[in-house]
Amino acid sequence: MSTVTTADHHDEHHDHKPTGIKRWLFTTNHKDIGSMYLIFALVMFFIGGAMAMVIRLELFQPGLQFVDPQFFNQMTTVHGLIMVFGAVMPAFTGLANWMIPMMIGAPDMALPRMNNWSFWILPFAFLILLITLFMPGGGPDFGWTFYAPLSTTYSNDTTALFVFSVHIMGISSIMGAINVIVTIVNMRAPGMTWMKMPLFVWTWLITAFLLIMVMPVLAGVVTMVLTDKYFATSFFDAAGGGDPVLFQHIFWFFGHPEVYIMILPAFGIVSAIVPTFARKKLFGYASMVYATASIAILSFLVWAHHMFTTGMPVFATLFFMYTTMLIAVPTGVKVFNWVATMWRGAMTFEVPMMFALAFIVLFTIGGLSGVMLAITPADFQYHDTYFVVAHFHYVLVSGAVFSIVAAAYYWLPKWTGHMYDEKLGQLHFWCSLISVNLLFFPMHFVGLAGMPRRIPDYALQFADFNAFISVGGFLFGLSQLIFVWVIIKCARGGEKATAQVWEGAEGLEWEVPSPAPYHTFGTPPQIK
Amino acid sequence: MAKTRGWRWSLPALLLAGPACASGSNLNMTPGVTDISLQVYNLHMTIFWICCAIGLVVFGAMFVSILLHRKSRGVEPATFHESTKVEIIWTAIPVLILIVMAIPATRVLIAMEDTSDSDVTVLITGSQWRWHYEYLDYDINYFSILATPRGQIEGRLPKGENYLLEVDRPLVIPTDKKVRFLMTSDDVIHSWWVPDFAIKKDTNPGFINEAWTQVNEPGIYRGQCTELCGMDHGFMPIVVIAKEPADFEIWAKAEEARIAEIREEEQRLLALQMNLDEQMELGERVYMAHCAACHQPNGEGLPPMFPALKGNQVTMEDRAEHIKVMVDGRPGTSMASFARQLSLRELTSVITYGRNAWGNDTGDVVQAAEVYEYMQGKGSN
Ligand code: HEM
Ligand SMILES: [Cu+2]
Repeated sequence: MSTVTTADHHDEHHDHKPTGIKRWLFTTNHKDIGSMYLIFALVMFFIGGAMAMVIRLELFQPGLQFVDPQFFNQMTTVHGLIMVFGAVMPAFTGLANWMIPMMIGAPDMALPRMNNWSFWILPFAFLILLITLFMPGGGPDFGWTFYAPLSTTYSNDTTALFVFSVHIMGISSIMGAINVIVTIVNMRAPGMTWMKMPLFVWTWLITAFLLIMVMPVLAGVVTMVLTDKYFATSFFDAAGGGDPVLFQHIFWFFGHPEVYIMILPAFGIVSAIVPTFARKKLFGYASMVYATASIAILSFLVWAHHMFTTGMPVFATLFFMYTTMLIAVPTGVKVFNWVATMWRGAMTFEVPMMFALAFIVLFTIGGLSGVMLAITPADFQYHDTYFVVAHFHYVLVSGAVFSIVAAAYYWLPKWTGHMYDEKLGQLHFWCSLISVNLLFFPMHFVGLAGMPRRIPDYALQFADFNAFISVGGFLFGLSQLIFVWVIIKCARGGEKATAQVWEGAEGLEWEVPSPAPYHTFGTPPQIK
Repeated sequence: MAKTRGWRWSLPALLLAGPACASGSNLNMTPGVTDISLQVYNLHMTIFWICCAIGLVVFGAMFVSILLHRKSRGVEPATFHESTKVEIIWTAIPVLILIVMAIPATRVLIAMEDTSDSDVTVLITGSQWRWHYEYLDYDINYFSILATPRGQIEGRLPKGENYLLEVDRPLVIPTDKKVRFLMTSDDVIHSWWVPDFAIKKDTNPGFINEAWTQVNEPGIYRGQCTELCGMDHGFMPIVVIAKEPADFEIWAKAEEARIAEIREEEQRLLALQMNLDEQMELGERVYMAHCAACHQPNGEGLPPMFPALKGNQVTMEDRAEHIKVMVDGRPGTSMASFARQLSLRELTSVITYGRNAWGNDTGDVVQAAEVYEYMQGKGSN
């Protein structure tokens, strides 16, 4: 690939930016906006995490000790909403903002003002959501899936604010997605053909299409909730000719692609990190692209696997069972490709690699429990128990979140110009790896033994496991404080990072100096 | 550079082996007590072992690679990076495995959905937060609610053996007979789950779902609501007693007689006057079992979702409205109708209780006839 030194010198001349709060409020710079997204996601991760701590505290022992059931339900609901829409999605958008222009040799995102806007409406969305918790009647308490009629006829009066807040989150995501698509389609450097794009760019492109297709569906379904509750429509009310199960069909038509929105960029990150530290090209690049695309397409055909117990006709149930089993195949191909990439490489095990390796193993465990859940007769037993909770936390925490952490370690030197503290990072990794398994693995067992999810109190046979799980949860929460310390320390100083940072790293982002100058690729590089 | 140790991946592997050692204990899915539940259990174990095998291969390859292909051993990285043949192989093998799994899964699923030729039918209605069972072939119907005392939940009393898994009146079904369940709901979506029967079915308001079971072993089987249904979702257990068919018939006769007796008693009651003390005593028991979860034992409620009854305009003044709310509920809120759920005697007493407890002290003594008159007037019950 080309060198871009001349362009950089040119850039540094123009490195002025406003200072103070104005810089951040009015910025249209993809790096500033990326940083804001990432910091926002981290803050949300801790707020959502604090709610998880409340949940685990209440579940530490049988009986009601600390919170009443209503508040407990608000905690599970808002925890889910914040982690999905406030932590994981903005973190990926932040990474996209920082890295996509640098990876394709573009000077910035294609629509910088919209970029500013799509970030700055987010804090308001979550402020509204969080404020409802302190209003009379409390916040949303119907689960992050807000099934009707619990969220309509039987919900409290802050539901309107919940709907408003979800609308804002949706608008923000759609704007972010449009920006990603336009940037990738129009602003690739000369010679950056489709099949030369890094996989992170590919996976984000496909994710952005998923977002554009399903966020309006979410907007539609929350609006229907709003009108059912306040304007006497009956979309989901049988008494008026509606159907509560219709809600679930619409929600999961959004919801299943949504879970892939939270994992495809993670696939891209791992596909960047593993080759770097194995010092070997990614195995099966083309098949990775095709697998990502097939996952995206299939993700529109599996939604009702969340609804096997709703009493669908047998043929529909069978259809969704088969498609769900099928979606495991391209997912498997990805895992096999990563292992083949490692095979006969020359690996080293810095923190990003450690998190990427943990991702591969733990995400695969989550994928395997997904295959178990696809077997419909068995799903009747698993559904809405802690087994499902274990499944989606394996794919989302030790999957999506681990990939985000891996990405942060991987690119921190590029962002700050300093190497992070490797010892602290390793400590963070080992504490996280052990505690995440203490936390989520036993959930498989309590689920199989029959403990339903979303309950504040439980029968005595689940007591030992729950105490154990809670301890794992507290340890996992504490471990993340190490992460914050690593980031602060790295931002403040440390060993100077080189442009390439990692011995095996390849790609345009590693050709600009570290820290990356405020403006990069003012003149597009030539890719051969 | 990080040091790494070989046992790194043994933790997940060890944990994965868990359910295998644990089958039969309370770490794994129950094989249950029906032919279907056993088949479901077998599907679960088959797919579980398949997943273990896949995990073993994938994690094994990773483990070997991590051990051997590391820079610190001075290896040179290979340069291969694609192979269509390999990609086809590792696409095709999972497809084959899944097809092999799909066949028995399809067979079991179709058997589970076949509710034809049943011997007994029970209509199950979920509501916040109790189950109602109605035997379509008998003159029997009743509510089934959590029997665990609040004191145990709040930690004032030691917790009993079946903490949160006990009800006042269990569902009773015959063994060796095909029992069909029709399921619906009065308010939000609930889900009726008894693991030992491998039945979990949502109760959708306004719609009817079907399921069936044929239990082989007499016994007591416990389950819970599994669809988030509001505040007391965690407190609406299910208990099913399976009896030999002859015992079941005896129970059904006795139950029909009991229900008939209650009806007669109600008729007698209409003429009778109950005094305040008597009503307060019964009313308090009913209140604690049916009302206190929302309106709180001290009558102060949890506003604004659950209004206080203490000092409330309705309980203090508007007697007709008080009766109306108890009989009809407040549509569109969690306040259910109690007309079907409580006997006339209980209903009357709990109204009187509400008008005199927690310092409301209106001195009103409502009589059964008055409540009955309202119910007749609107043609309910
Ligand atoms: C091998 C691929 C996968 C398969 C076959 C699969 C299958 C399933 C099935 C059947 C369910 C419904 C279980 C139930 O409620 O009874 C489920 C739930 C779920 N899955 Fe997956 N899954 C897979 C991968 C993923 C991934 C990659 C993610 C996200 C990163 C994910 C996130 C979730 C979530 C969040 C839920 C639960 C949602 C809720 O009810 O709150 N899954 N999965
Ligand atoms: Cu799904």
